[in-house]
Amino acid sequence: MNPLLKSIFSTEFGFAILRVTTPILLPALGVAISGLSGAVNIALEGIMLASACAGVLVSAFTHSLLLALLAGIAVGVGMAALLGYFHIKLKADIILAAIALNMFATGITIVFLFLTTGDKGSTSSLTSQVFPVLHIPLLRSIPMLGPILSGHNVLVYAALLAVLLYWLITFKTPLGLRIRAVGQNPDAARSVGINVNRTRMWALLLSGFFGALGGLYLCLGYVSWFGRNITAGRGWIAVAAASLGSNMPMGTFFSSLLFGAVNALANYLAPLAVPSEFIQMIPYLVAAVALAVYSARAMRKRRRKIREPGSGGAA
Amino acid sequence: MEKFVLKYFNLIRTVIAVLIGLVISIFLIYVVSKDPGFSLQQMLLGPFLSRSRFSSLIEGASPILLCGLAIAVAFQARQFNVGAEGSLYLGAAVGTAFAVSTRMPAFLHIPLVLLVAAGVGAVWGALPGVLKAKWQGSELVASLLLNYVAYFLGLYLINFHFRDKEAGYLVSYQLPQTAWFQQFIPGTRMHWGILISLAGAVLVYLFLYHTTTGYEIRMTGFNEKFARFGGIDVLKIVVLCQLILGFLAGLGGMTEVMGIHRRFNWQAQPGYGWDGVVVAIIGRNHPLLIIAASFFLSYLRVGGQVLNLMSDVPSEMITVIQSVIILLITAEAFLARWRYRITVRQAERPEAAA
Repeated sequence: MNPLLKSIFSTEFGFAILRVTTPILLPALGVAISGLSGAVNIALEGIMLASACAGVLVSAFTHSLLLALLAGIAVGVGMAALLGYFHIKLKADIILAAIALNMFATGITIVFLFLTTGDKGSTSSLTSQVFPVLHIPLLRSIPMLGPILSGHNVLVYAALLAVLLYWLITFKTPLGLRIRAVGQNPDAARSVGINVNRTRMWALLLSGFFGALGGLYLCLGYVSWFGRNITAGRGWIAVAAASLGSNMPMGTFFSSLLFGAVNALANYLAPLAVPSEFIQMIPYLVAAVALAVYSARAMRKRRRKIREPGSGGAA
Repeated sequence: MEKFVLKYFNLIRTVIAVLIGLVISIFLIYVVSKDPGFSLQQMLLGPFLSRSRFSSLIEGASPILLCGLAIAVAFQARQFNVGAEGSLYLGAAVGTAFAVSTRMPAFLHIPLVLLVAAGVGAVWGALPGVLKAKWQGSELVASLLLNYVAYFLGLYLINFHFRDKEAGYLVSYQLPQTAWFQQFIPGTRMHWGILISLAGAVLVYLFLYHTTTGYEIRMTGFNEKFARFGGIDVLKIVVLCQLILGFLAGLGGMTEVMGIHRRFNWQAQPGYGWDGVVVAIIGRNHPLLIIAASFFLSYLRVGGQVLNLMSDVPSEMITVIQSVIILLITAEAFLARWRYRITVRQAERPEAAA
């Protein structure tokens, strides 16, 4: 068998997919929950970057993972709150405000990087703690599944639990009901006494939380350092993943998994003789094509609905 | 005084946002720097202290201006395509490839190379527009992802097919002299591309505010439903404005290659496309205001480089300042109460009632 195919059909590849999916899945859930509320947060790239930077620096200087976790989450939620404040209170266009926040994160993280290490490239001169790896006793002894599912970083499991959490929040809590109501029709939601602005703010704060976890995993699990623009567009792929998944928990999970698999495949193809530019391009290209295909299908579905008699044609 | 404030409210708001941005940067520099007074002086006055710095302020504004115009045309139609970066990069890469592999006299070479770069940029920029018009896909997400694809495509083209192996570092072959923009002031790198940018601003202004298609673009952005009922082919406008975006961005990248480096030397994305977003927001999508915004951003950039070189403050400080400024400018309600109070006071005056 072809050695490449052999390595792709191995359990290591399955393991790699989960590992690479996590920093896409977490921000994708963040985009999804804000998208459900109708105020889609595209600042996840910046939120991840800022949280990751805060996490690594706090971890390196305090040697406490708990503090790093708290700092990362505080920064992520804080950035989301800032976005919410500007969008809701100061009536800024949320897309433009998010673009500004992304730029802000790019700049401020490099400034902090430079101030703490004297280097603008990465924190490789610092030693930061990393979130622990978890071996799950029963799971690890199952053949095939064991090596794929066991032995991941604790935040990989957190990401899988986050899908569950996201489902619980949106479908099993009053807040989730309000978020969905506000997203579908803010005027109708307002007419039954829902505070649209407060609901959107909650959705944004939750999106900051998910994004923060994604950033923390990226730099305190996936790798153990922070570097300039280390997110490398994952926040944008997450936006594509959320819209491919229609902002739904399982949909977002599977589309993130798809992009994770493509990313893992690209990592596996890297040592081949193909120009590396093409390999690096694959994840973005696949995301763009997937977005186009998804949009075309969604459009066709809407059209069919309009044509069906008696459907009201509300699309 | 109050009438003046009302008339120029948006301009005053912008100036206040810029001032707040600068105040925050002063604060940050005081926190960060060991010699804040010197650092501050370097950042604010540095760009004017030498001929070469001042000229790089002028040169630097040129690609920013073209990208700002590009973004503004799309934003005027409320199409959030941020693909100027991708169009600029791929356009300049293909334009460079075309320039180094053809030989012809300058009066033909220069316009043809520009046309190739702008054409490639236009096609690339229009892709998200087609997606939006045909299937309602998000042009924002598509353009962002395509920025990365354009980057790797351009990089592949230059590194694998047009790389000058004798140069010692990763650059393309030098353009033939027939495809150079002359630098017309000795001791500086000021080149004719700057005139193209300025002419571009005037043309885009005339196009947006004095032609039917320009009106249709603005009306689509103002109220799409209204535009459609008024008989405007909105789908055509959506594609067209993003086509123009790509065209201008591609032009911006190529003028930079032809006027400054004479080789394609961007191993990383130069970021002019994002600068374009910044100046489009600061200039409120108005071509003539974007001219001023571009020179201002270029001034900040040169200030940042001076800061980096001469003091202990990193140049990325500028990115922080610019993001604060555009955040404040996008905030519609920022200072709105102030305007409201003035409006009320004006209306209550007896002579206003008469």
